[in-house]
Amino acid sequence: MIVAAAKPWEEIMASLHGMHKVLVVGCGGCVAVCLAGGEKEAGIMASTLRMQRKLQGEPVETEEITLTRQCDPEYVRELGKKLEGVDGILSLACGVGVQVIAEHYPNIWVAPALNTKFAGATLEHGSWEERCGLCGDCVLGQTGGICPIIRCAKSLLNGPCGGSQDGKCEVKPNECAWNLIYERMGRLGRLNQLLEVAEAKDWSQGRDGGPRRVVREDVKLDD
Amino acid sequence: MSNRDFAPKIVAFCCYYCAYSAADLAGSLRLQYPPTVRLIEQPCSGKIDIRLLLQAFEAGADGVYVAGCLEGDCHFLQGNIRAKKRVNAAKKILDKIGVGGERLEMFNLSGSMGPRFAAIATEMTERILRLGPSPLSTADKGEEGKAE
Ligand code: SF4
Ligand code: SF4
Repeated sequence: MIVAAAKPWEEIMASLHGMHKVLVVGCGGCVAVCLAGGEKEAGIMASTLRMQRKLQGEPVETEEITLTRQCDPEYVRELGKKLEGVDGILSLACGVGVQVIAEHYPNIWVAPALNTKFAGATLEHGSWEERCGLCGDCVLGQTGGICPIIRCAKSLLNGPCGGSQDGKCEVKPNECAWNLIYERMGRLGRLNQLLEVAEAKDWSQGRDGGPRRVVREDVKLDD
Repeated sequence: MSNRDFAPKIVAFCCYYCAYSAADLAGSLRLQYPPTVRLIEQPCSGKIDIRLLLQAFEAGADGVYVAGCLEGDCHFLQGNIRAKKRVNAAKKILDKIGVGGERLEMFNLSGSMGPRFAAIATEMTERILRLGPSPLSTADKGEEGKAE
């Protein structure tokens, strides 16, 4: 999932400065799962906003809605009927959701309530860690299902480096990803696979150079 | 407003298994406790969430507390521990926006602690009397004043 966390409160308040009516929009997707932007968090944020504004002598009216997902136009279109008299939208989705709202409502201000952190996994309730750098050309098939791009501090394709100590990375207190890869490949009897030197990665599939796009003619509906 | 005119509104979210029974017991024992406290029965203190706590303040409470079982004695094992964490998180929000985290508290007691229930109600009432009305209700008055 996309993991996100609330922005500093002062930043959120500043982004809604001068507005009298704000539509607070939660997302029922990833950010609801990582407890940053679901219905409950939208409720807490709206309530906090109303109380603080009231105490500042600048009361604000809020409407709350939590969409199934903010990254899909079919759900974002539901906002249309909520926008009457609204000065701005506070989106609790990841950066994708905020942008889909901006694209659909060109004449209304939308501010992000969250910082979008990474694509990650739940370690335990309340703790998440990055697992994928969205590189566009996955190498997990060569590394036993452990991502060296994100989990190795140096993104090495042929690791470990000389700083791997007792299974720990020299850069961060994390486990050395390449030690994990080595141990796992050994367990699976595939150490010989690691003797192959990985070629330079095709970073043209990566995130530099403008937005990437996936198009599937077979599932398009327009005919 | 002087403290003498101020009748605080205090909302107590009480776990059915402990605080709510303790309140019953306090009644049976004919113990006096301040009429400022409004009880809301919960199936477990772990039912409480931050949104509910904030809503109580928004709806006009001057003080709020959550009363759960003694730590280690929760009927749902961890409910009271989780409630405490949420109360602490809500306190931070209240501090940040200027309502004041002191107006919110977590208490632990067992169903047999009738006198303790009355003491908590008194303690919280005294605290809120000392703090005065919630700034949110005075902000209300300010608005009405402006409108006149
Ligand atoms: S808008 Fe973002 S957080 Fe919400 S479902 Fe889509 S990707 Fe996940
Ligand atoms: S190799 Fe690339 S796509 Fe695969 S998990 Fe790592 S960053 Fe993600």
